[in-house]
Amino acid sequence: MSSYPVANPSVDGLNIFFDHFNLSISDWGMRMPLYYQIFQSMHYFRFLTWVVLVAGFSLSLQAQNYGTRAGKITFYSDTPLEKIEAKNESASAVLNAATGDLQFSVQIKGFQFAKATMQEHFNENYMESGQFPNATFKGKVVNMSAVNLAKDGTYPVVVKGTMTMHGVSKPIETKGQLAVAAGVVTATSTFFVTAEDYQIKIPAVVREKIAKTIQVKVNCALKKM
Amino acid sequence: MSQLTPIQRCMKHLFTCIIFLMVASILRAQDPDLLSLLGSEEETTEYTVSSFKTNHVINLHSLENTPAGILDFKIAHRFGFLSGGFYDLFGLDQASMRMGFDYGVTPRLSVGVGRSTYEKTYDGYFKFKLLRQSTGKKNMPLTASFLATTALSTLKWSDPARDNLFASRLNYTFQMILGRKFSEALTLQLSPTLVHRNLVATAAEKNDVLALGAGGRFKLGRRVSLNLEYIYVLPDQLAPEYRNSLSVGFDIETGGHVFQLHLTNSTSMIEKGFVAETTGDPLKGNLHFGFNLSRVFTLVRPKE
Repeated sequence: MSSYPVANPSVDGLNIFFDHFNLSISDWGMRMPLYYQIFQSMHYFRFLTWVVLVAGFSLSLQAQNYGTRAGKITFYSDTPLEKIEAKNESASAVLNAATGDLQFSVQIKGFQFAKATMQEHFNENYMESGQFPNATFKGKVVNMSAVNLAKDGTYPVVVKGTMTMHGVSKPIETKGQLAVAAGVVTATSTFFVTAEDYQIKIPAVVREKIAKTIQVKVNCALKKM
Repeated sequence: MSQLTPIQRCMKHLFTCIIFLMVASILRAQDPDLLSLLGSEEETTEYTVSSFKTNHVINLHSLENTPAGILDFKIAHRFGFLSGGFYDLFGLDQASMRMGFDYGVTPRLSVGVGRSTYEKTYDGYFKFKLLRQSTGKKNMPLTASFLATTALSTLKWSDPARDNLFASRLNYTFQMILGRKFSEALTLQLSPTLVHRNLVATAAEKNDVLALGAGGRFKLGRRVSLNLEYIYVLPDQLAPEYRNSLSVGFDIETGGHVFQLHLTNSTSMIEKGFVAETTGDPLKGNLHFGFNLSRVFTLVRPKE
Protein backbone atom coordinates (compact mmCIF):
# COMPACT_ATOMS: atom_id res chain seq x y z
CA MET A 1 0.00 0.00 0.00
CA SER A 2 1.38 3.43 -0.87
CA SER A 3 1.55 5.77 2.05
CA TYR A 4 0.84 8.90 0.09
CA PRO A 5 -2.35 9.86 -1.67
CA VAL A 6 -2.49 9.20 -5.40
CA ALA A 7 -4.61 11.79 -7.16
CA ASN A 8 -7.53 10.41 -9.16
CA PRO A 9 -7.70 12.63 -12.22
CA SER A 10 -11.43 12.82 -12.55
CA VAL A 11 -12.58 13.02 -8.98
CA ASP A 12 -9.91 14.01 -6.53
CA GLY A 13 -9.39 17.48 -7.95
CA LEU A 14 -12.97 18.43 -7.19
CA ASN A 15 -12.80 16.76 -3.81
CA ILE A 16 -9.82 18.88 -2.94
CA PHE A 17 -11.81 21.95 -4.05
CA PHE A 18 -14.67 21.06 -1.73
CA ASP A 19 -12.40 20.00 1.14
CA HIS A 20 -10.44 23.23 0.86
CA PHE A 21 -11.32 24.48 4.24
CA ASN A 22 -10.56 21.16 5.86
CA LEU A 23 -7.11 20.93 4.41
CA SER A 24 -4.37 20.10 6.84
CA ILE A 25 -0.60 20.02 6.50
CA SER A 26 0.54 16.43 6.29
CA ASP A 27 3.90 14.62 6.74
CA TRP A 28 4.68 14.89 3.02
CA GLY A 29 5.57 18.51 3.50
CA MET A 30 3.89 21.55 2.12
CA ARG A 31 1.16 20.71 -0.25
CA MET A 32 1.48 22.39 -3.59
CA PRO A 33 -0.72 25.50 -3.93
CA LEU A 34 -4.29 24.39 -4.19
CA TYR A 35 -5.05 25.69 -7.63
CA TYR A 36 -1.94 24.13 -9.14
CA GLN A 37 -2.86 20.82 -7.59
CA ILE A 38 -6.28 20.92 -9.16
CA PHE A 39 -4.78 22.16 -12.41
CA GLN A 40 -2.34 19.23 -12.49
CA SER A 41 -4.90 16.62 -11.83
CA MET A 42 -8.00 17.63 -13.78
CA HIS A 43 -7.73 17.64 -17.57
CA TYR A 44 -11.03 19.33 -17.88
CA PHE A 45 -10.11 22.01 -15.38
CA ARG A 46 -6.90 22.67 -17.33
CA PHE A 47 -8.84 23.13 -20.55
CA LEU A 48 -11.26 25.57 -18.98
CA THR A 49 -8.44 27.59 -17.46
CA TRP A 50 -6.72 28.11 -20.77
CA VAL A 51 -9.99 29.15 -22.40
CA VAL A 52 -10.64 31.73 -19.69
CA LEU A 53 -7.12 33.13 -19.99
CA VAL A 54 -7.32 33.51 -23.75
CA ALA A 55 -10.80 35.00 -23.61
CA GLY A 56 -9.78 37.43 -20.91
CA PHE A 57 -6.75 38.52 -22.88
CA SER A 58 -8.67 39.15 -26.08
CA LEU A 59 -11.41 40.89 -24.11
CA SER A 60 -8.88 43.29 -22.70
CA LEU A 61 -7.66 44.04 -26.23
CA GLN A 62 -11.24 44.73 -27.41
CA ALA A 63 -11.57 47.52 -24.89
CA GLN A 64 -9.11 49.82 -26.67
CA ASN A 65 -11.41 51.97 -28.78
CA TYR A 66 -10.79 55.53 -29.89
CA GLY A 67 -13.74 57.62 -31.04
CA THR A 68 -15.26 61.02 -31.58
CA ARG A 69 -18.56 62.71 -32.41
CA ALA A 70 -16.95 65.89 -33.71
CA GLY A 71 -15.01 64.67 -36.70
CA LYS A 72 -14.46 67.11 -39.59
CA ILE A 73 -15.29 66.04 -43.13
CA THR A 74 -15.13 68.49 -46.03
CA PHE A 75 -15.62 68.01 -49.73
CA TYR A 76 -14.64 70.18 -52.66
CA SER A 77 -15.64 70.25 -56.32
CA ASP A 78 -13.64 72.48 -58.64
CA THR A 79 -14.67 73.43 -62.17
CA PRO A 80 -13.98 76.58 -64.20
CA LEU A 81 -17.68 77.48 -63.85
CA GLU A 82 -18.28 76.87 -60.17
CA LYS A 83 -16.52 75.97 -56.94
CA ILE A 84 -18.55 73.91 -54.51
CA GLU A 85 -17.37 73.41 -50.95
CA ALA A 86 -19.07 72.06 -47.85
CA LYS A 87 -18.06 71.18 -44.32
CA ASN A 88 -19.47 68.82 -41.70
CA GLU A 89 -18.09 69.08 -38.18
CA SER A 90 -20.14 66.41 -36.45
CA ALA A 91 -19.01 63.17 -38.01
CA SER A 92 -18.88 60.06 -35.81
CA ALA A 93 -15.80 57.86 -36.01
CA VAL A 94 -14.52 54.86 -34.05
CA LEU A 95 -11.18 53.06 -34.34
CA ASN A 96 -10.43 49.75 -32.65
CA ALA A 97 -6.78 49.89 -31.65
CA ALA A 98 -6.30 46.14 -31.58
CA THR A 99 -8.01 44.98 -34.77
CA GLY A 100 -7.75 48.19 -36.79
CA ASP A 101 -11.51 48.24 -37.48
CA LEU A 102 -12.48 51.74 -38.52
CA GLN A 103 -16.01 53.10 -38.91
CA PHE A 104 -17.35 56.52 -39.86
CA SER A 105 -20.87 57.88 -40.01
CA VAL A 106 -21.83 61.37 -41.18
CA GLN A 107 -25.23 63.05 -41.46
CA ILE A 108 -25.80 64.49 -44.94
CA LYS A 109 -27.96 67.33 -43.62
CA GLY A 110 -25.01 68.36 -41.46
CA PHE A 111 -22.95 69.60 -44.41
CA GLN A 112 -22.82 73.40 -44.34
CA PHE A 113 -22.49 75.39 -47.56
CA ALA A 114 -21.81 79.09 -48.04
CA LYS A 115 -24.95 79.38 -50.19
CA ALA A 116 -28.27 78.31 -48.68
CA THR A 117 -29.77 77.34 -52.05
CA MET A 118 -26.75 75.19 -52.81
CA GLN A 119 -27.30 73.37 -49.52
CA GLU A 120 -30.98 72.92 -50.32
CA HIS A 121 -30.27 71.52 -53.78
CA PHE A 122 -27.54 69.25 -52.42
CA ASN A 123 -30.00 67.70 -49.97
CA GLU A 124 -33.18 67.74 -52.06
CA ASN A 125 -32.00 67.06 -55.60
CA TYR A 126 -28.66 65.27 -55.41
CA MET A 127 -28.18 63.36 -52.14
CA GLU A 128 -31.93 62.97 -51.42
CA SER A 129 -31.08 63.13 -47.73
CA GLY A 130 -34.72 62.65 -46.76
CA GLN A 131 -34.40 59.09 -48.03
CA PHE A 132 -30.71 58.50 -47.26
CA PRO A 133 -29.87 60.52 -44.17
CA ASN A 134 -26.35 59.20 -43.53
CA ALA A 135 -23.18 58.27 -45.34
CA THR A 136 -21.12 55.54 -43.66
CA PHE A 137 -17.77 53.85 -44.03
CA LYS A 138 -17.03 50.44 -42.53
CA GLY A 139 -13.52 49.15 -42.97
CA LYS A 140 -10.15 48.39 -41.55
CA VAL A 141 -6.69 49.83 -41.25
CA VAL A 142 -4.81 47.21 -43.24
CA ASN A 143 -1.39 47.77 -41.65
CA MET A 144 -2.56 48.24 -38.05
CA SER A 145 0.25 46.04 -36.78
CA ALA A 146 2.75 48.69 -37.89
CA VAL A 147 0.97 51.29 -35.77
CA ASN A 148 1.71 51.70 -32.09
CA LEU A 149 -0.89 54.02 -30.62
CA ALA A 150 0.89 54.10 -27.30
CA LYS A 151 3.82 55.93 -28.85
CA ASP A 152 3.62 59.52 -30.14
CA GLY A 153 4.32 59.87 -33.82
CA THR A 154 2.88 59.87 -37.31
CA TYR A 155 2.01 56.57 -38.92
CA PRO A 156 1.06 56.32 -42.60
CA VAL A 157 -1.76 53.83 -43.02
CA VAL A 158 -3.75 52.12 -45.74
CA VAL A 159 -7.49 51.91 -45.14
CA LYS A 160 -9.75 49.49 -46.97
CA GLY A 161 -13.47 49.08 -46.65
CA THR A 162 -16.99 49.82 -47.91
CA MET A 163 -18.47 53.29 -48.37
CA THR A 164 -22.27 53.55 -48.35
CA MET A 165 -23.79 56.76 -49.70
CA HIS A 166 -27.14 57.57 -51.35
CA GLY A 167 -28.15 53.96 -50.77
CA VAL A 168 -25.23 52.54 -52.77
CA SER A 169 -22.28 50.59 -51.27
CA LYS A 170 -18.90 50.56 -52.96
CA PRO A 171 -15.51 49.19 -51.86
CA ILE A 172 -12.85 51.83 -51.47
CA GLU A 173 -9.17 51.81 -50.57
CA THR A 174 -7.21 54.87 -49.63
CA LYS A 175 -4.07 56.10 -47.91
CA GLY A 176 -4.23 58.07 -44.72
CA GLN A 177 -2.37 59.03 -41.63
CA LEU A 178 -2.73 58.41 -37.90
CA ALA A 179 -0.95 61.02 -35.82
CA VAL A 180 -0.60 60.23 -32.13
CA ALA A 181 0.05 63.04 -29.67
CA ALA A 182 -0.84 63.25 -26.00
CA GLY A 183 -3.24 60.33 -26.12
CA VAL A 184 -5.27 61.73 -29.03
CA VAL A 185 -5.17 59.95 -32.37
CA THR A 186 -5.78 62.30 -35.31
CA ALA A 187 -6.94 60.39 -38.35
CA THR A 188 -6.56 62.26 -41.64
CA SER A 189 -7.07 61.29 -45.23
CA THR A 190 -7.77 62.82 -48.63
CA PHE A 191 -9.49 60.78 -51.29
CA PHE A 192 -11.70 61.16 -54.35
CA VAL A 193 -15.27 60.05 -54.86
CA THR A 194 -17.13 59.82 -58.16
CA ALA A 195 -20.74 60.97 -57.83
CA GLU A 196 -21.84 58.69 -60.66
CA ASP A 197 -20.69 55.60 -58.74
CA TYR A 198 -23.30 56.30 -56.09
CA GLN A 199 -26.12 56.98 -58.56
CA ILE A 200 -26.12 60.70 -57.81
CA LYS A 201 -27.70 62.13 -60.92
CA ILE A 202 -26.36 65.37 -62.31
CA PRO A 203 -28.58 66.91 -65.01
CA ALA A 204 -27.01 68.00 -68.29
CA VAL A 205 -27.80 71.67 -67.55
CA VAL A 206 -25.33 71.82 -64.67
CA ARG A 207 -22.90 69.09 -65.69
CA GLU A 208 -20.13 71.61 -66.36
CA LYS A 209 -20.54 73.06 -62.87
CA ILE A 210 -19.89 69.87 -60.91
CA ALA A 211 -16.60 68.00 -61.08
CA LYS A 212 -16.66 64.33 -62.11
CA THR A 213 -14.57 63.37 -59.07
CA ILE A 214 -15.03 65.17 -55.80
CA GLN A 215 -12.25 65.60 -53.29
CA VAL A 216 -13.12 64.51 -49.74
CA LYS A 217 -10.96 65.43 -46.76
CA VAL A 218 -11.29 63.69 -43.41
CA ASN A 219 -9.82 65.04 -40.18
CA CYS A 220 -10.96 63.36 -36.97
CA ALA A 221 -9.39 63.72 -33.53
CA LEU A 222 -10.10 60.39 -31.85
CA LYS A 223 -9.99 60.14 -28.09
CA LYS A 224 -9.86 57.03 -25.95
CA MET A 225 -13.39 55.84 -25.20
CA MET B 1 -13.62 5.70 -14.32
CA SER B 2 -15.15 6.81 -11.08
CA GLN B 3 -18.52 8.52 -11.18
CA LEU B 4 -18.98 12.19 -10.37
CA THR B 5 -21.41 13.00 -7.61
CA PRO B 6 -24.49 14.95 -8.70
CA ILE B 7 -23.08 18.15 -7.19
CA GLN B 8 -19.80 17.70 -8.98
CA ARG B 9 -21.62 17.11 -12.27
CA CYS B 10 -23.71 20.22 -11.71
CA MET B 11 -20.62 22.31 -11.02
CA LYS B 12 -18.97 21.02 -14.15
CA HIS B 13 -21.93 21.91 -16.32
CA LEU B 14 -22.36 25.35 -14.76
CA PHE B 15 -18.72 26.17 -15.27
CA THR B 16 -18.93 25.05 -18.89
CA CYS B 17 -21.94 27.26 -19.56
CA ILE B 18 -20.27 30.33 -18.11
CA ILE B 19 -17.12 29.80 -20.14
CA PHE B 20 -19.12 29.16 -23.29
CA LEU B 21 -21.11 32.40 -22.87
CA MET B 22 -17.96 34.41 -22.31
CA VAL B 23 -16.28 32.98 -25.38
CA ALA B 24 -19.38 33.41 -27.50
CA SER B 25 -19.75 37.07 -26.58
CA ILE B 26 -16.13 37.72 -27.41
CA LEU B 27 -16.35 35.88 -30.73
CA ARG B 28 -19.48 37.83 -31.66
CA ALA B 29 -17.62 41.05 -30.89
CA GLN B 30 -15.18 40.24 -33.70
CA ASP B 31 -17.45 41.95 -36.28
CA PRO B 32 -18.67 44.79 -34.16
CA ASP B 33 -20.85 47.78 -34.75
CA LEU B 34 -18.17 50.08 -33.38
CA LEU B 35 -20.25 53.22 -33.87
CA SER B 36 -22.81 52.01 -31.34
CA LEU B 37 -20.02 52.14 -28.75
CA LEU B 38 -20.14 55.92 -29.05
CA GLY B 39 -23.44 55.75 -27.24
CA SER B 40 -26.63 57.41 -28.32
CA GLU B 41 -26.37 60.95 -29.59
CA GLU B 42 -27.90 63.73 -27.57
CA GLU B 43 -31.13 64.66 -29.25
CA THR B 44 -31.08 67.74 -31.46
CA THR B 45 -33.97 69.60 -33.01
CA GLU B 46 -34.27 69.15 -36.74
CA TYR B 47 -36.18 71.95 -38.45
CA THR B 48 -38.16 71.00 -41.53
CA VAL B 49 -36.78 72.48 -44.71
CA SER B 50 -37.91 72.70 -48.32
CA SER B 51 -41.65 72.58 -47.75
CA PHE B 52 -42.17 74.60 -50.92
CA LYS B 53 -39.57 75.33 -53.58
CA THR B 54 -40.01 79.08 -53.15
CA ASN B 55 -41.84 81.53 -50.89
CA HIS B 56 -45.00 81.59 -52.99
CA VAL B 57 -47.48 78.81 -53.64
CA ILE B 58 -48.78 80.51 -56.80
CA ASN B 59 -50.34 83.82 -55.77
CA LEU B 60 -50.41 83.08 -52.06
CA HIS B 61 -47.35 83.47 -49.87
CA SER B 62 -46.16 80.03 -48.80
CA LEU B 63 -44.93 79.00 -45.37
CA GLU B 64 -41.33 79.20 -46.58
CA ASN B 65 -39.30 82.32 -45.93
CA THR B 66 -36.44 83.66 -47.99
CA PRO B 67 -33.32 82.26 -46.27
CA ALA B 68 -31.20 84.71 -44.28
CA GLY B 69 -28.82 86.81 -46.35
CA ILE B 70 -30.48 85.85 -49.63
CA LEU B 71 -31.97 88.31 -52.12
CA ASP B 72 -34.71 86.81 -54.24
CA PHE B 73 -35.54 88.67 -57.45
CA LYS B 74 -39.11 87.92 -58.45
CA ILE B 75 -40.93 88.50 -61.70
CA ALA B 76 -44.58 87.54 -61.90
CA HIS B 77 -46.38 87.69 -65.21
CA ARG B 78 -50.01 87.11 -66.12
CA PHE B 79 -51.03 87.08 -69.78
CA GLY B 80 -54.61 87.87 -70.87
CA PHE B 81 -57.59 85.56 -70.56
CA LEU B 82 -57.46 82.37 -72.63
CA SER B 83 -61.02 83.16 -73.68
CA GLY B 84 -59.58 85.96 -75.83
CA GLY B 85 -59.20 83.31 -78.48
CA PHE B 86 -56.76 82.94 -81.32
CA TYR B 87 -56.97 86.62 -82.29
CA ASP B 88 -55.29 87.57 -79.02
CA LEU B 89 -53.21 84.40 -79.19
CA PHE B 90 -55.07 83.13 -76.16
CA GLY B 91 -54.13 86.10 -74.04
CA LEU B 92 -50.49 86.40 -74.98
CA ASP B 93 -51.10 89.89 -76.37
CA GLN B 94 -52.02 91.33 -72.98
CA ALA B 95 -49.91 91.24 -69.90
CA SER B 96 -49.98 92.17 -66.27
CA MET B 97 -46.69 92.06 -64.45
CA ARG B 98 -45.14 92.44 -61.00
CA MET B 99 -41.44 92.87 -60.26
CA GLY B 100 -40.18 92.50 -56.74
CA PHE B 101 -37.26 91.88 -54.42
CA ASP B 102 -37.54 89.66 -51.36
CA TYR B 103 -34.81 89.62 -48.75
CA GLY B 104 -34.23 87.32 -45.80
CA VAL B 105 -33.19 89.42 -42.81
CA THR B 106 -33.04 86.50 -40.39
CA PRO B 107 -34.14 82.87 -40.78
CA ARG B 108 -37.50 83.94 -39.31
CA LEU B 109 -38.01 87.38 -40.83
CA SER B 110 -38.18 88.26 -44.49
CA VAL B 111 -39.18 91.53 -46.15
CA GLY B 112 -39.98 92.52 -49.69
CA VAL B 113 -40.96 95.32 -52.04
CA GLY B 114 -42.47 95.25 -55.49
CA ARG B 115 -44.41 97.03 -58.16
CA SER B 116 -47.30 95.75 -60.22
CA THR B 117 -48.52 97.13 -63.52
CA TYR B 118 -52.10 96.41 -62.36
CA GLU B 119 -53.30 99.80 -61.09
CA LYS B 120 -49.62 100.82 -60.93
CA THR B 121 -49.36 99.49 -57.42
CA TYR B 122 -46.30 99.55 -55.18
CA ASP B 123 -46.30 97.04 -52.37
CA GLY B 124 -44.15 96.11 -49.42
CA TYR B 125 -44.40 93.33 -46.87
CA PHE B 126 -42.80 91.62 -43.95
CA LYS B 127 -43.27 87.99 -43.05
CA PHE B 128 -42.38 86.58 -39.66
CA LYS B 129 -42.17 82.89 -38.82
CA LEU B 130 -43.72 82.43 -35.40
CA LEU B 131 -43.51 78.65 -35.25
CA ARG B 132 -41.23 76.36 -37.22
CA GLN B 133 -42.09 72.75 -37.91
CA SER B 134 -39.49 70.52 -36.30
CA THR B 135 -38.82 67.00 -35.05
CA GLY B 136 -36.43 65.69 -32.42
CA LYS B 137 -35.84 67.50 -29.18
CA LYS B 138 -38.48 70.13 -29.94
CA ASN B 139 -41.50 68.67 -31.65
CA MET B 140 -43.62 71.18 -33.55
CA PRO B 141 -46.23 69.79 -35.94
CA LEU B 142 -46.68 72.90 -38.07
CA THR B 143 -45.19 76.14 -39.29
CA ALA B 144 -47.02 79.36 -38.50
CA SER B 145 -46.12 82.62 -40.21
CA PHE B 146 -47.56 86.10 -40.00
CA LEU B 147 -47.70 88.26 -43.13
CA ALA B 148 -48.47 91.97 -43.24
CA THR B 149 -48.51 93.87 -46.53
CA THR B 150 -49.22 97.41 -47.64
CA ALA B 151 -50.22 98.28 -51.19
CA LEU B 152 -50.22 101.79 -52.67
CA SER B 153 -52.00 102.37 -55.93
CA THR B 154 -50.56 105.26 -57.93
CA LEU B 155 -53.10 105.66 -60.73
CA LYS B 156 -54.07 109.25 -61.52
CA TRP B 157 -57.36 110.21 -59.92
CA SER B 158 -60.32 109.55 -62.18
CA ASP B 159 -61.91 112.85 -61.08
CA PRO B 160 -59.20 115.34 -60.01
CA ALA B 161 -61.80 117.96 -59.05
CA ARG B 162 -63.08 115.85 -56.16
CA ASP B 163 -61.54 115.93 -52.73
CA ASN B 164 -59.23 112.95 -53.17
CA LEU B 165 -57.41 111.68 -50.11
CA PHE B 166 -54.03 110.05 -50.26
CA ALA B 167 -55.21 107.44 -47.77
CA SER B 168 -57.68 106.24 -50.40
CA ARG B 169 -54.77 104.77 -52.31
CA LEU B 170 -53.74 102.48 -49.46
CA ASN B 171 -54.71 98.86 -48.84
CA TYR B 172 -53.51 96.55 -46.10
CA THR B 173 -53.50 92.79 -45.83
CA PHE B 174 -52.94 90.66 -42.75
CA GLN B 175 -52.53 86.94 -43.12
CA MET B 176 -51.68 83.96 -40.93
CA ILE B 177 -50.02 81.12 -42.80
CA LEU B 178 -50.43 77.74 -41.13
CA GLY B 179 -48.88 74.81 -42.89
CA ARG B 180 -47.22 71.47 -42.56
CA LYS B 181 -44.87 69.39 -44.65
CA PHE B 182 -46.52 66.00 -44.38
CA SER B 183 -43.89 64.14 -46.38
CA GLU B 184 -41.24 64.74 -49.01
CA ALA B 185 -44.06 64.70 -51.56
CA LEU B 186 -46.85 66.66 -49.84
CA THR B 187 -47.12 70.05 -48.16
CA LEU B 188 -50.43 71.73 -47.28
CA GLN B 189 -51.21 75.14 -45.85
CA LEU B 190 -54.14 77.30 -44.80
CA SER B 191 -54.06 81.09 -45.00
CA PRO B 192 -56.80 82.95 -43.15
CA THR B 193 -56.67 86.49 -44.53
CA LEU B 194 -57.99 89.94 -43.73
CA VAL B 195 -57.82 92.54 -46.52
CA HIS B 196 -58.53 96.12 -45.55
CA ARG B 197 -59.19 98.58 -48.34
CA ASN B 198 -59.40 102.21 -47.35
CA LEU B 199 -61.61 103.06 -50.33
CA VAL B 200 -63.97 100.69 -52.10
CA ALA B 201 -65.87 101.22 -55.34
CA THR B 202 -69.45 101.02 -54.02
CA ALA B 203 -71.24 100.97 -50.68
CA ALA B 204 -72.22 97.36 -51.32
CA GLU B 205 -68.58 96.31 -50.92
CA LYS B 206 -67.05 95.90 -47.50
CA ASN B 207 -63.80 97.65 -46.62
CA ASP B 208 -62.71 94.63 -44.54
CA VAL B 209 -62.76 91.36 -46.42
CA LEU B 210 -62.24 88.06 -44.66
CA ALA B 211 -61.08 85.06 -46.65
CA LEU B 212 -59.54 81.64 -46.19
CA GLY B 213 -56.87 80.54 -48.60
CA ALA B 214 -55.73 76.96 -49.02
CA GLY B 215 -52.68 75.80 -50.92
CA GLY B 216 -50.64 72.72 -51.42
CA ARG B 217 -47.81 71.23 -53.34
CA PHE B 218 -47.33 67.69 -54.57
CA LYS B 219 -43.76 66.92 -55.44
CA LEU B 220 -43.64 64.99 -58.70
CA GLY B 221 -39.88 64.60 -58.98
CA ARG B 222 -36.72 66.00 -57.49
CA ARG B 223 -37.10 69.29 -59.33
CA VAL B 224 -40.77 69.44 -60.32
CA SER B 225 -43.90 69.92 -58.25
CA LEU B 226 -47.60 70.50 -58.81
CA ASN B 227 -49.10 73.44 -56.89
CA LEU B 228 -52.78 74.11 -56.20
CA GLU B 229 -54.41 77.09 -54.61
CA TYR B 230 -57.95 78.21 -53.76
CA ILE B 231 -59.08 81.26 -51.86
CA TYR B 232 -62.57 81.23 -50.41
CA VAL B 233 -63.98 84.69 -49.64
CA LEU B 234 -66.65 84.68 -46.93
CA PRO B 235 -70.08 85.58 -48.32
CA ASP B 236 -71.72 89.04 -48.38
CA GLN B 237 -68.53 91.01 -48.56
CA LEU B 238 -67.94 91.69 -52.24
CA ALA B 239 -70.00 92.78 -55.22
CA PRO B 240 -71.53 89.83 -57.13
CA GLU B 241 -69.10 89.96 -60.06
CA TYR B 242 -66.12 89.03 -57.87
CA ARG B 243 -65.20 85.37 -57.48
CA ASN B 244 -62.93 83.11 -55.47
CA SER B 245 -59.40 82.76 -56.75
CA LEU B 246 -58.36 79.40 -58.20
CA SER B 247 -54.89 78.58 -59.48
CA VAL B 248 -53.02 75.46 -60.58
CA GLY B 249 -49.47 75.24 -61.74
CA PHE B 250 -46.07 73.56 -61.90
CA ASP B 251 -42.85 74.53 -60.18
CA ILE B 252 -39.68 73.72 -62.08
CA GLU B 253 -36.35 74.25 -60.43
CA THR B 254 -33.09 74.57 -62.30
CA GLY B 255 -29.84 75.65 -60.65
CA GLY B 256 -30.48 79.10 -59.14
CA HIS B 257 -33.94 79.64 -60.66
CA VAL B 258 -37.42 78.46 -59.81
CA PHE B 259 -39.98 78.74 -62.63
CA GLN B 260 -43.63 78.57 -61.72
CA LEU B 261 -45.95 78.05 -64.68
CA HIS B 262 -49.66 78.21 -63.96
CA LEU B 263 -53.23 78.94 -64.87
CA THR B 264 -55.12 81.36 -62.64
CA ASN B 265 -58.32 83.36 -62.79
CA SER B 266 -56.83 86.29 -60.83
CA THR B 267 -55.31 89.19 -62.72
CA SER B 268 -53.50 90.88 -59.84
CA MET B 269 -50.54 89.33 -58.10
CA ILE B 270 -50.86 91.05 -54.73
CA GLU B 271 -53.14 89.99 -51.88
CA LYS B 272 -55.58 92.87 -52.15
CA GLY B 273 -56.03 92.08 -55.84
CA PHE B 274 -56.31 88.34 -56.01
CA VAL B 275 -58.38 87.96 -52.82
CA ALA B 276 -60.92 90.72 -53.33
CA GLU B 277 -60.83 91.59 -57.04
CA THR B 278 -60.85 88.34 -58.98
CA THR B 279 -63.32 88.41 -61.85
CA GLY B 280 -62.34 85.47 -64.04
CA ASP B 281 -64.84 82.63 -64.38
CA PRO B 282 -62.78 79.45 -64.98
CA LEU B 283 -65.68 77.70 -66.68
CA LYS B 284 -65.90 80.48 -69.28
CA GLY B 285 -62.19 80.18 -70.06
CA ASN B 286 -61.35 83.34 -68.15
CA LEU B 287 -58.04 81.97 -67.04
CA HIS B 288 -54.68 83.70 -67.30
CA PHE B 289 -51.69 81.68 -68.28
CA GLY B 290 -48.86 83.07 -66.20
CA PHE B 291 -45.46 82.45 -64.73
CA ASN B 292 -43.51 83.41 -61.66
CA LEU B 293 -39.77 83.57 -61.95
CA SER B 294 -37.50 83.51 -58.93
CA ARG B 295 -33.75 84.07 -59.03
CA VAL B 296 -31.73 83.96 -55.79
CA PHE B 297 -28.54 85.85 -55.04
CA THR B 298 -26.48 85.27 -51.91
CA LEU B 299 -25.75 88.68 -50.46
CA VAL B 300 -24.51 87.69 -47.03
CA ARG B 301 -22.62 84.44 -46.58
CA PRO B 302 -23.15 82.62 -43.29
CA LYS B 303 -20.27 83.02 -40.81
CA GLU B 304 -17.74 80.18 -40.88
